Amino acid sequence: MIVAEQKPLAEIMELLGDARKVLVVGCGTCVTVCFAGGEKEVGILASALRMMSKLEGHPMEVDEATVQRQCEWEYIDPLEERLGEYDVVLSLACGIGVQAMNERFPDTLTLPGLNTTFLGLPEEQGVWEERCQACGDCILGLTAGICPIARCSKQLLNGPCGGSQNGVCEVDPDIPCAWQLIWERAVKLGRVDQLLEIQPPKDWSKSRDGGPRKIVREDLRLVEAE
Amino acid sequence: MAEERANGYKSGSNLEKILRAGHFAVTAELGPPQGADPEDILRKARILKGVADAVNITDNQTAIVRMSSIASGVLAMSEGLEPVVQMTCRDRNRLAIQADLLGAYALGMRNLLCLTGDHQSFGNHPTAKNVHDLDSVQLIRMVKDMRDEGCFQCGDAIKGVVPRFFIGAAANPFGDPFEFRPYRLAKKVAAGADFIQTQLIYDIPRFREFMKRVVDMGLHEKVYILAGVGPLKSSGAARYMRDKVPGMIVRDEYVERMVAAIKGIPKEDKKARREAWRKTGIQICIEQIQEIREIEGVAGIHIMAIEWEEAVRPIVEGAGLLPRPTVE
Ligand code: SF4
Ligand code: SF4
Repeated sequence: MIVAEQKPLAEIMELLGDARKVLVVGCGTCVTVCFAGGEKEVGILASALRMMSKLEGHPMEVDEATVQRQCEWEYIDPLEERLGEYDVVLSLACGIGVQAMNERFPDTLTLPGLNTTFLGLPEEQGVWEERCQACGDCILGLTAGICPIARCSKQLLNGPCGGSQNGVCEVDPDIPCAWQLIWERAVKLGRVDQLLEIQPPKDWSKSRDGGPRKIVREDLRLVEAE
Repeated sequence: MAEERANGYKSGSNLEKILRAGHFAVTAELGPPQGADPEDILRKARILKGVADAVNITDNQTAIVRMSSIASGVLAMSEGLEPVVQMTCRDRNRLAIQADLLGAYALGMRNLLCLTGDHQSFGNHPTAKNVHDLDSVQLIRMVKDMRDEGCFQCGDAIKGVVPRFFIGAAANPFGDPFEFRPYRLAKKVAAGADFIQTQLIYDIPRFREFMKRVVDMGLHEKVYILAGVGPLKSSGAARYMRDKVPGMIVRDEYVERMVAAIKGIPKEDKKARREAWRKTGIQICIEQIQEIREIEGVAGIHIMAIEWEEAVRPIVEGAGLLPRPTVE
């Protein structure tokens, strides 16, 4: 899932500037699961904004809404009729939700209330960690199912750097070394041979480097492509 | 160039010739300044001249910005020192690396050490974006293909003069997973490494175990392995390396010897303590070289005494490795 965390309240206040009427819009999917922008967080943030703005002497009117998925037109379209009333929208969705709102409703500015942080999973209650950087050319089949793109601090493809020691990454003793994990699992699975082959330079053109990536599935499209 | 090919050398560098002739090689290290004064390089080059067969010029070592390795190498060469240019994957993508290698070769550089690079969070620009377009194994292969296939990483032919480097790589026998380390070295050899310089050794038994595996795999016959050593500066420095530097192992015996070195010298007498430390540090290093030399598969020594270049001569001399041989 997409993992995000809320921006500091002071930053949000500054983003809102002199807006007097604000709609806070949450999302019922990833950011609900990671407790950053679901209905509950929307409620808490909305009251914090009301209080803060009152304390600062220019009270803000803050309304709340949460849609099931802020990244799909059909879920956000129903918001349209309400938007005219607000100076701005504050979205508690990931960056995709924020952009979906801005794209769908060009006359209303939607501001981000979260920092979208990574694609990951909850390792335990209250702890999330990154697992994938959506590199566009998945190599998990070559690395014992553990991603060195997201989990090695240097995105190495041919084994550990010189700084790996006692299972942790040279960057931070709290980060497990991805290559230690890959090695151990490959040994366990009897797939060490795979790690001894030289992996050629990665094709980063499938990654973040060429403008927005796009997938078109003709089999699923409703309109015929020209 | 044709001449070098004819006599079978890959690059024709002094380091390559020394190793090919079967001499026990000596390399050292020169750290470029955090400023633009050429004299900083020239002064260090004069100190190191004649005591090492080639000298590594670090590339933004520990992710701190310094004069570039190639530019410093050109300066060092003007003092008669043969440089080993260092190139990390942290700061440059494949375009920048290849462009710099063409330039380095045009400027007379012949040895190249291919490195991953320390993480930027250690240095003075921790908010920088790292590159890691290639890793060190891929970098080695690219440099080899430039030399032996005459082509760029993309496959296009290099036009005219082809850069022919003597290709070096690093190995860390003290990193984990230990079992993987000899294989990682094998990958670097398969990718095209001609010589290896190891991480600083302060645990000879573990290095011996590593070399045993390397020799069992026959790697020492395919690549020249230079063992990394360096003089300890003080007991504090020894402790720091033991406890704080990722990827290093320092046996307690070395820390204890450094502590014992200043026994009886009053704390206030900083100068005497420093002298005592340095003497012991150099002595330990000499003893290590003598011990390491006996290990099968070791083709030379790489002495890392950054910001203490003066120590290299007494070490090389003490180890009985002077004068350095010349090979025509
Ligand atoms: S290899 Fe790429 S796609 Fe696969 S998990 Fe890693 S970043 Fe994601
Ligand atoms: S220590 Fe491990 S995870 Fe960290 S950069 Fe090196 S190989 Fe990658």
